[in-house]
Amino acid sequence: MNPAPADRKYSKTHEWFKVDGDVVTIGISQFAADELTDITFVDLPKPGTQIVAGQPFGEIESVKATSALYSAVGGEVIEANAALADQPELVNQSPFDEGWMIKVRVSDPSPLEGLMDATAYNAMIQE
Amino acid sequence: MKRTPLFDFHIQYGAKMVDFAGWEMPLLYAGIVEEHHHTRQAASVFDVSHMGRIEFHGADVEKLLQRVCTRQLGDAQPGQSRYSHVCNESGGILDDVIVSRYPDHWMMVCNASNRERILNWLHRHAEGLDVRIEDITEATLMIALQGPQVIPLLSQKLPLPVADLKRYRFLTGSYMGITYSVFRSGYTGEDGVEIILPANMAAMIAGYFPGLEPENVKPAGLGARDTLRLEAGMPLYGHELDENTDSLTAGLGWCVDLNKDFIGAEAMRKRVAAGLERKLVGIELEGRRIARHRASVFHGGVPVGEVTSGTFSPTLQKSIAMAYVRADLAEPGTRLEVDVAGKPTGAVVVKLPFYKRN
Repeated sequence: MNPAPADRKYSKTHEWFKVDGDVVTIGISQFAADELTDITFVDLPKPGTQIVAGQPFGEIESVKATSALYSAVGGEVIEANAALADQPELVNQSPFDEGWMIKVRVSDPSPLEGLMDATAYNAMIQE
Repeated sequence: MKRTPLFDFHIQYGAKMVDFAGWEMPLLYAGIVEEHHHTRQAASVFDVSHMGRIEFHGADVEKLLQRVCTRQLGDAQPGQSRYSHVCNESGGILDDVIVSRYPDHWMMVCNASNRERILNWLHRHAEGLDVRIEDITEATLMIALQGPQVIPLLSQKLPLPVADLKRYRFLTGSYMGITYSVFRSGYTGEDGVEIILPANMAAMIAGYFPGLEPENVKPAGLGARDTLRLEAGMPLYGHELDENTDSLTAGLGWCVDLNKDFIGAEAMRKRVAAGLERKLVGIELEGRRIARHRASVFHGGVPVGEVTSGTFSPTLQKSIAMAYVRADLAEPGTRLEVDVAGKPTGAVVVKLPFYKRN
């Protein structure tokens, strides 16, 4: 299993948040992708959509189950990973890189401070 | 939770384990889709030891089984297996089982989730009969070897004429004094066998596969077993079949002999006379989203049925499902809508099975 990279933050619901200036890239962890099993569909918001902190912004579906995707931050979606429409399996294969989901221009970055770093996240999933 | 004799094998092969009907079972090893394709293209081994195995001895066994099973078993020959339903008095399905006739006894394989209930049912109806019912589930183990390479491979490895074995027939072999049975059956839509042997042979079985791996036989879990059976249009108890459903509505009338006297026969004859209200159909959905168990099915906005199982078919690359719909809407080509995560999604009735091997 790919360990959680140290260059980003993690939520309890297994999304990751990578900050670059006022843009945050969001995806899910390898642990979450493995738990879901083979992913067959990812429903993401279109660029221009406003998403709200703590609210679902999309859905992810696997052979096994359907789950909501949550964002810890609010803002405007500036890009969604178009490759996932035809290749949702990228989330299984490369959740921290090619399987990213959306990029958000963040209005208020403060909720990021409450998230876990990679060490804390790895400890949580090992419990 | 119960563990099968092959538990260590699953851990050794890195399985993700889940609770299934009280058993700790492998959901997947390499991945559901990968295991699915490997079964269609080569060969997979599934641990199905959780399924109930019940042995019957005594002079009245045939009488008991003829009474509790919907299928005609009177003309079954030794070495033959038959798929059957066990129903309650109102014709509702208590379980779907495979009954096998040995030269001197009979054996039934039932679903893990129904084992206790079926055992109780059998004991109740065996009262006053010369029948000894023995639950051999935990004294034995059962594996399924499925895929196009299984028969060629086993023909070389087993001292039994497996290639000549017809579907739903079985052979009994002996290895160093240990007897085992090989059944030409399965739950994947592929050719293959299911093997029952003593539980203490687990280490031998587990040691057998590394030599065949990786090109040939790979382990596959319950996840792939479900997507494979769904493509093959095979029913799963708790989804397509339950106590509120009868065998005819489920499209499995071929396993019911209405000319014999079995429990539920009278109720079923009445249903046939009245005409069936619903039918089990296969449907293909637009897009990639999966229709889940109990999702509502509509026709022109009117509710007409319910999904029983759905998945994204790895072989067909389509969203497929089975559903009960109003009987007049069961024709292939009929357009329907399915509630997928709150959104009405276009669907069309198709012929079952979704996948048939060449």
